[in-house]
Amino acid sequence: MTIQFNDETFRDDYSFRNSERAIKRFPFPFDKDSYMYAVNMEQHRGGPSDSIYEKRFDVDEHYVSEMRDRAMVLADDPLRCQSLPHMTLAGWDLLELIMVSKSEDYPDLFQLHRDGDQWHWINKPLGIDDKFTFMDETTLPYGPMEYITRQTQGDFCVLDQRDDNLWMDAGMITTQADWSLDFDIGMNFFEWHAPVPLAHEKGIFVRALKFLLNIQQGAPARRLNWTMTVNPLLDTSPENYHKWGIQKTELTPENIGSKQHLRVELQTFFRLPRSNGLVFPIRCYLCSFQDLMTSPKWGRRLHRVIRDLPEELATYKGFIDNRPMMLDYLSKFDDGLPTSNGIWPEFDTEPPLQK
Amino acid sequence: MSKFEFPPSIRSRPVYGTLEARPGKTHLMIADAEGAEAILAVATPDLMAATHIIYIPKGTDYADKLRALKPAQFYEGPTYAASVTRIQRVLQDAQMGLQVYLAGTEGLMGQAQNEAMKAGIPHTAIQTEHRGSIARRMQCVHCKGITEDVETDPFVCSHCGLNLFVRDHYSRRLAAYQGVCIDAEDPGNVPPQKGIYE
Ligand code: HEM
Repeated sequence: MTIQFNDETFRDDYSFRNSERAIKRFPFPFDKDSYMYAVNMEQHRGGPSDSIYEKRFDVDEHYVSEMRDRAMVLADDPLRCQSLPHMTLAGWDLLELIMVSKSEDYPDLFQLHRDGDQWHWINKPLGIDDKFTFMDETTLPYGPMEYITRQTQGDFCVLDQRDDNLWMDAGMITTQADWSLDFDIGMNFFEWHAPVPLAHEKGIFVRALKFLLNIQQGAPARRLNWTMTVNPLLDTSPENYHKWGIQKTELTPENIGSKQHLRVELQTFFRLPRSNGLVFPIRCYLCSFQDLMTSPKWGRRLHRVIRDLPEELATYKGFIDNRPMMLDYLSKFDDGLPTSNGIWPEFDTEPPLQK
Repeated sequence: MSKFEFPPSIRSRPVYGTLEARPGKTHLMIADAEGAEAILAVATPDLMAATHIIYIPKGTDYADKLRALKPAQFYEGPTYAASVTRIQRVLQDAQMGLQVYLAGTEGLMGQAQNEAMKAGIPHTAIQTEHRGSIARRMQCVHCKGITEDVETDPFVCSHCGLNLFVRDHYSRRLAAYQGVCIDAEDPGNVPPQKGIYE
């Protein structure tokens, strides 16, 4: 289906909106009425038609505006995109993966013509038409990773694999849930995950790393992660926390429905062919509470998950102070009826709210 | 004083050991302040005959005791920053089998370890022992400025002036812990300073 790209902002006046279609395909991250960290990974082999799982790199109505926001973040702080010297080959791998996937999955939006190492890339939504020599950095306006990730929604960690570990040696990070690439670059899997509560003790990271080290080319994997964000702010970076932190205190019972957003990350994992690196795209989807409540199942479930979430997780995710206000709001959408399994909204079969 | 038991912490935080003399053709020992005590504890005449000591006293008076060990080479530097080019030069010449010993504050060990890794010294040839001050080298996540020898939590960034709290999250590349604004959600409400482990 053709996509109408929104003209919207993720800062200042926050004109970001989700269309009805975007709400229906929102990746609600809870498959049951409670939540705890787990090794929740599955193959990334498509999914229901028009769902966010269908394509390898989902492109949606926010594409053009998100890329504009990324350019603004980078203009303010170039350190959000970094690549250690040995990661250039992995950058080319990533450029190829994205160009090939997007041109195959969205032929009306993206085209790639290849004649040996002479490549011609057309990105219609962003009005880009570039010819360059594959593997020759001097023929692109940026390094290969930066070039392609300025044109692709989501953050990107590019990992080097060595010593049975993964090393965060490159990345484009402008839509992160409060962690710093500049600080974490060069760390291994256990080091950059150090601040996460409870998961180390449960052995989750040991098992997750084992899974990742064995990901094969052509067999990508995925998982969902989530947090909470006040206002549809993409750049919730620690770098700018002294500027946006105050917005968390601006919630009121009157504005919470429109201001409070569930922030969901579709995280995917692809093996890179030449470098044997791994790329970890972290695609951020935002949805306001009031839009989520249009699904009776999601309303019931979100209330139960937030109510029963362990304190450590609510603290780590940064919404412990606002949880009581969230629960006041969400409880109005929970009538105690059972919910069906799985993340999909099931608009046709789930009973309407009984109160 | 000088030996401190660090409480258990998160995975990015370094752990330090106790120096022991290891077989090797040459030895490089880099220490600051009370780190001298760790060198004094392992020194033997044989070891010292093949050792280059680089020492930053930071107001302590151990330098003469170290000199009295008669190391093959001895350098006393006023600050780490003043000594770092010398450290780089010495590491450049490192021969196979060089043993590196780092002792003293976390800031010194972290930075010197970085130089050693950059010079290609295998991490198995680098030992560390914490001695003396438990102050931390902190990076402000907002302005990126580094503040050395931070003893209190919270503290004021010496570059941008924000009030920062001291995290345990540690970057080996920066040889620094992370400082994050403490009053972002309630400007001006800064809790009283206390010692980092109090
Ligand atoms: C190689 C790919 C991965 C990268 C680059 C990555 C990166 C990160 C980063 C930077 C954080 C933030 C840590 C902080 O607070 O500073 C994080 C959080 C987390 N990661 Fe990963 N991660 C990866 C794979 C995984 C996998 C496979 C799992 C599977 C269980 C996982 C589980 C988590 C969890 C549970 C959190 C806490 C999130 C929250 O509660 O909001 N990660 N990850």
